[in-house]
Amino acid sequence: MRFSGFGILKQGLTGNKGWTAHWRNQKPKEAYDVVIIGGGGHGLATAYYLAKNHGLNNIAVLEKGHLGGGNIGRNTTIVRANYMMPGNSEFYSHSLKLWEGMEQDLNFNTMHSQRGQVALFHSEAQRDTAVRRANAIINQGDDAELLSKGQLRKMLPYLNYDSARFPIYGGIIQKRAGTARHDAVAWGYARGADSRGVDLIQNCEVTGIDIQSGQVKSVQTTQGAIWAKKVAIVVAGRSSLVAGMAGMRLPIESHVLQAFVTEGLKACVDKVISFGMGHFYISQSDKGGLVFGGNLDYYSSYASRGNLPMKEHVMEAAMALMPMIGKAKVLRSWGGIMDMTPDGSPIIDKTDVDGLYLNCGWCYGGFKAVPGSGYSFAHLIATDNHHGPAAGFRLDRFRTGYGLMDEEGTGAQHNLH
Amino acid sequence: MRLLCPNCGERDVREFYYQSTAGALIRPDLDAGEVVWDNYLHNRDNPAGKTEDLWYHEAGCNAWIVVIRNTVSHEVLDAELAADKRRDTEAKK
Repeated sequence: MRFSGFGILKQGLTGNKGWTAHWRNQKPKEAYDVVIIGGGGHGLATAYYLAKNHGLNNIAVLEKGHLGGGNIGRNTTIVRANYMMPGNSEFYSHSLKLWEGMEQDLNFNTMHSQRGQVALFHSEAQRDTAVRRANAIINQGDDAELLSKGQLRKMLPYLNYDSARFPIYGGIIQKRAGTARHDAVAWGYARGADSRGVDLIQNCEVTGIDIQSGQVKSVQTTQGAIWAKKVAIVVAGRSSLVAGMAGMRLPIESHVLQAFVTEGLKACVDKVISFGMGHFYISQSDKGGLVFGGNLDYYSSYASRGNLPMKEHVMEAAMALMPMIGKAKVLRSWGGIMDMTPDGSPIIDKTDVDGLYLNCGWCYGGFKAVPGSGYSFAHLIATDNHHGPAAGFRLDRFRTGYGLMDEEGTGAQHNLH
Repeated sequence: MRLLCPNCGERDVREFYYQSTAGALIRPDLDAGEVVWDNYLHNRDNPAGKTEDLWYHEAGCNAWIVVIRNTVSHEVLDAELAADKRRDTEAKK
């Protein structure tokens, strides 16, 4: 089934009775060429690009719950390419280009909206840093523009420009950045992979990974054993646990990151806005809810919910930046489990086990990476060669110290990111 | 979340600074080699469930403590002074 304007009109006039399921609900076969563990955004995108770019079709995606039920459904949906470090910069640049063609490629409305992201600065020193970052982004071939306080006042009149503590000096806007409907991204890739013959297997939890003579042989699951020539682990949030089944110990601590949404309001925030003092960023969903978040709670956690101190910090930052937000009521808050690496950058690499591949460590930035991660991971699995834009995401960079991507400049050590 | 301090009792988590897993207390020998040190500095067990973490009671008694905690439920189970924990661990060697 292909979506089209005519098709939607026809369904609308005939009672919407002609829609069919977007993917088949498969039972696992005995053996596959590639088994992907994890049916989230990254896993589904990996399956899609393996089928589309590399012509593989004997692929299974194993998901312990339902497709897209993990972090792809628990994020704040921001898409941008404003990284500075070599290794990160070219990867997110590639990923943003894939976002721009995604809806046509998948024939699926992911509600990708390039509404622009504004990163604010609040001192002259911060302006210098912001200009340096903007130049790095432009050198990568992406867009960034410096906005004066006067320009910002016209664009975002409701911010608190003359706060005694956090005056706004200006900002950097990336106009190609924006938001997307997070669930739709998972559904679009699932539908695309399924239509190319990938088996999407839900309620199938992997309980063991069998390795013989340094070569991966099969996975044990709650739906029985499945033979596999290649196994790909892409389960950010649970990476340490699944990699542990293959005897690996990863450079990852799981941390909880909270997000918040208010009741639906009339359209008022038409950009993504990032505060430069204290960790706070905000956008408005198409339903009208203000979606915002802050920093990690900063202790290891798998709880999918956070504690009060970070909630208070986020609300204080919100009030400092945008006093009008005090009128809105918070509808709900939640936590996502982040794979935190020592340098705050991800891992897409082979492992010491032949046929076992690893995609993890997305920290708090995995959503925007979904297409690029799937594209590059598929390339690695299919060809055994690292894909150019993701070639820096090596697992051994912490041991060797070579190629660390410490975007925040705080040091390549756990608990600093 | 309220953490247990062996000196001060149950206190608000705001008073504490989280460092890492309590495994940090057991340092490898200086000449243990790159692989051992990489494992010590960067790699983690990262359990979903019972964990032992190193915290600093920064806004309290200034003690380094080991808190036994559940990472799934945030339940705090027990705590001891990091100095005691380290001495006990070395005595067992």
